Amino acid sequence: MTNLEPQTAAAAQAAQAVDPHVDAAPSENPVPEGRPRAGWRSLVPTMTPWLAIGLILVVGISLFGLIGPYFVGDPRQIRDIGLTGPSGEFPLGTTQIGQDVLAQLAYATRGSLQIGIIVGLLATALSAVFGIYGAYKGKFLDESFSLLTNVFLVIPGLPLVIVISGFVPRESRGLWTIAVVLAITSWAGAARVLRAQTLSVRNRDFVAASQVSGERSWRVIVVEILPNLLPLLAAQFVFAVIAAILGEAGLAFIGLGASNSSTLGTMLFYAQNGFALALGAWWWFVPPGLIIALFGMGLSLVNFSIDELINPKLKNLRQHRKRARRAARLERELARSTRRAGGDTAKESVR
Amino acid sequence: MTTATGAALRPVLTVEDLTVVYESEEPVTAVKNADLTLHRGEILGLAGESGCGKTTLAYAVNRLHRPPARIASGRITFHDKSGEDIDILALEDKELRAFRWNKLSMVFQGAMNALNPVTTVRAQLRDTLLAHRPGMSRKDVRERSEDVLRRVGVDTRRLTSYPHELSGGMRQRVMIAMAMLLEPQIMIMDEPTTALDVVVQRDILREIVRLRDELDFAVVFITHDLPLLLEISDRIAVMLAGEIVELESAQRLYRGAAHPYTRRLLGSFPSLSGSRGAFIRTGVDETAPPLPRPYAGQRPPTTEERA
Amino acid sequence: MTSVRVTDLVKDYSIRTGLKRTRLRAVDHVNLELVPGRTVALVGESGSGKSTIAKILTHMETPTSGSVDVRLDDGTAVHKARYRREVQMVFQDPFASLNPFHSIEHHIARPLRIHKRTANAAETRQRVLEMLERVNLTPASNFAPRRPHELSGGQRQRVAIARALAPGAQVLIADEPVSMLDVSIRLGVLNLLGRLQREDSLAVLYITHDLATARHFSDEITVLYRGRVVERGPSDAVILDPHHEYTKLLALAAPDPERPGRVTSADPVDRAAIDNSRCYDHFAGEWVEAGVPSGDAVGTAGR
Repeated sequence: MTNLEPQTAAAAQAAQAVDPHVDAAPSENPVPEGRPRAGWRSLVPTMTPWLAIGLILVVGISLFGLIGPYFVGDPRQIRDIGLTGPSGEFPLGTTQIGQDVLAQLAYATRGSLQIGIIVGLLATALSAVFGIYGAYKGKFLDESFSLLTNVFLVIPGLPLVIVISGFVPRESRGLWTIAVVLAITSWAGAARVLRAQTLSVRNRDFVAASQVSGERSWRVIVVEILPNLLPLLAAQFVFAVIAAILGEAGLAFIGLGASNSSTLGTMLFYAQNGFALALGAWWWFVPPGLIIALFGMGLSLVNFSIDELINPKLKNLRQHRKRARRAARLERELARSTRRAGGDTAKESVR
Repeated sequence: MTTATGAALRPVLTVEDLTVVYESEEPVTAVKNADLTLHRGEILGLAGESGCGKTTLAYAVNRLHRPPARIASGRITFHDKSGEDIDILALEDKELRAFRWNKLSMVFQGAMNALNPVTTVRAQLRDTLLAHRPGMSRKDVRERSEDVLRRVGVDTRRLTSYPHELSGGMRQRVMIAMAMLLEPQIMIMDEPTTALDVVVQRDILREIVRLRDELDFAVVFITHDLPLLLEISDRIAVMLAGEIVELESAQRLYRGAAHPYTRRLLGSFPSLSGSRGAFIRTGVDETAPPLPRPYAGQRPPTTEERA
Repeated sequence: MTSVRVTDLVKDYSIRTGLKRTRLRAVDHVNLELVPGRTVALVGESGSGKSTIAKILTHMETPTSGSVDVRLDDGTAVHKARYRREVQMVFQDPFASLNPFHSIEHHIARPLRIHKRTANAAETRQRVLEMLERVNLTPASNFAPRRPHELSGGQRQRVAIARALAPGAQVLIADEPVSMLDVSIRLGVLNLLGRLQREDSLAVLYITHDLATARHFSDEITVLYRGRVVERGPSDAVILDPHHEYTKLLALAAPDPERPGRVTSADPVDRAAIDNSRCYDHFAGEWVEAGVPSGDAVGTAGR
């Protein structure tokens, strides 16, 4: 027991110095009050040039689709000035039967956006139910949901869509039919990703902690787990929208599109049927193609920024690389100067 | 500087005025003017809490640090057995690769998860050996592999095992075996036992001390567990915010630490067998009225009641 | 005030390899008792079953057999929602046990709301601030709106303690509450737990592998080895006078600057001879059988 003195004495002194034995938590860096209460702010991506370009493209095209139709004439009106190039009256020229391409483009953009958003929402909802709920509940439900997901995953999407759309009679093949068909063939991939992520979040202690404190299942999923999956869900949504617009364009292009709506795909379909390419009427098929491409690109750019939220390591990658290069260069210089000093330093260091 | 062993002091590594800076928005000095001398056959403990720079220091000595960390100043000299002095900072990349593992090896934090899961222990030992000793014969490779495993107390039948077939302690031993493979003169161990159970930790510590006695290499042992360092090291360096605030023999550090931070660290570990020191015993307040007990009469008597 | 009595607790896990199912007994007829104002330390290596016991006690796992009986001091048994209110847990990793998305206030307000401890939003907020002050996170109004990543490990663990106590819990399961923290703040957190225990007369189960803090922080130590209790008794008796070979080995493996050279000394016990079929009970002062229903074991029944 005599050996105790140093420690207790030391502890007493240390207690004077830093006072670790009083159970006070030193408030390290006082933070001003009135900060955001939840983590919403952390879900907003930081603005980068890429994100800005992406947003401009997406917002611009969406606005065109949203309010464009109010400023253009009737896209169906037939005139006797078939296949004229861009002019003052018709900025994007006319089709074979004299319809205004710009007017058609505005309505088609709206149609494609509609499809994209409906399918995006449906597919995300489906993938959330099958991915998140199954993974959270575990056991039998997870097994069966997983099996279902895998089955849908291996079903070849486009052929099935063609078969289904071909099977549905043309009259009843409306916008919603196409959207549902596209949604049920496209949710499976996202569900798998969400399931994997949910499994990892579910096993974190904070989920166990909220269960221990008596939180109900749906609250644990919606309030505790879901916010941590939001960036992923957003990315999946964006991806689903791109896939849906492209998928619908593909369907419409082969003549299986929605009968009651005009989309960018139907425009291309008519352009193809009207031999636009052979006749050199670029103003007919380039604008819809370009809109699809630009919208897809814009959403992809937005998606990259969401990726940075999911994986914060990506966020500072460029800056990190720059700093790393600088550090490496400075160190090389130091090494070179040491090497130059060479012989005498070695001698010195023997001592 | 003295060591507790009192053996003839033959330095094997000298670190002078080493400063490591992290290039970030505000450059952070992770290691500040560190001076260290490591002697042959010595176990040097490096103690400190998370973020104090102990791992950065260990990596920098080996030049294993990755940018944006950089060595801003200082000199690291390795004194080879042959009498030659090697300026580590002046080594070219190729020389550096030859130097690492040959003369100085490392056991990383969480090293037991650093084994390649898809190849056997034998293949991993062989690859390491052949990378550094390309001309080695098959027989020599096998003998050397068996020898190192035996030294760390792992059955040589384990050579054909895959890492996932081994327990955590066993994997850690294999990592130590791998670090010993080329008979380095220095082994740097970064929290080699933190993830292990105390009984397994005891086995590994015993192995390290025994190997040191047998093979006479120097060990830098990095951990936050000061009582453990007091147990096995000859000297202990205590780091705080990138600086070595105290470097003393283990016994002297324990009996009369000079720096208040060292004393605070020592005071953070309640003694196993000694009195409580500053630690407050919880429990029933003897002066308080007895508490209602639903299982009255069925409960084992408390210490107080027995007394 | 609430007491917990664990009788003959058994937990089997079935492991499927190919078509074969093998049974792994994680917890084997464990008896344990928690009473208000006392701390029982559960000591053992990883895989000894201590975390499984914690999970069963917090209703995260269901036992294969055996009972967990929680009673208020008037003798009424506690079930379901009330159980959640009475028995709470502090997790090991403060970096994982708080939801990175939510504010500190959310973490403490939820248990208050779930168990209807407060009537309205203003009262909830008031109570949250009080809880934060109780765990020495002051100024509380400064901590409440912050999110976990803005706090240090020790501060987070204080929040976790406040959350556990928020529903008015009387039984606290602390699963290695300080092993992930920096050494210099560990004692602060343990002392906080000690103070709260004294103030609220909590029954605490302190799960740890650190014998030194087990000795000083708890009244009683129960040593677990491969699912069975191999030694139990007052903490000083178990640490300073271990009887079971495994406890002896554990005590030897813990570094003790008071007695240097022990950790690297030769094994005093034959490891192959360590068995978990018997348990030394310091209270009874005799060996009893371990891993059998308590009715059959001499000395444990009817004590």
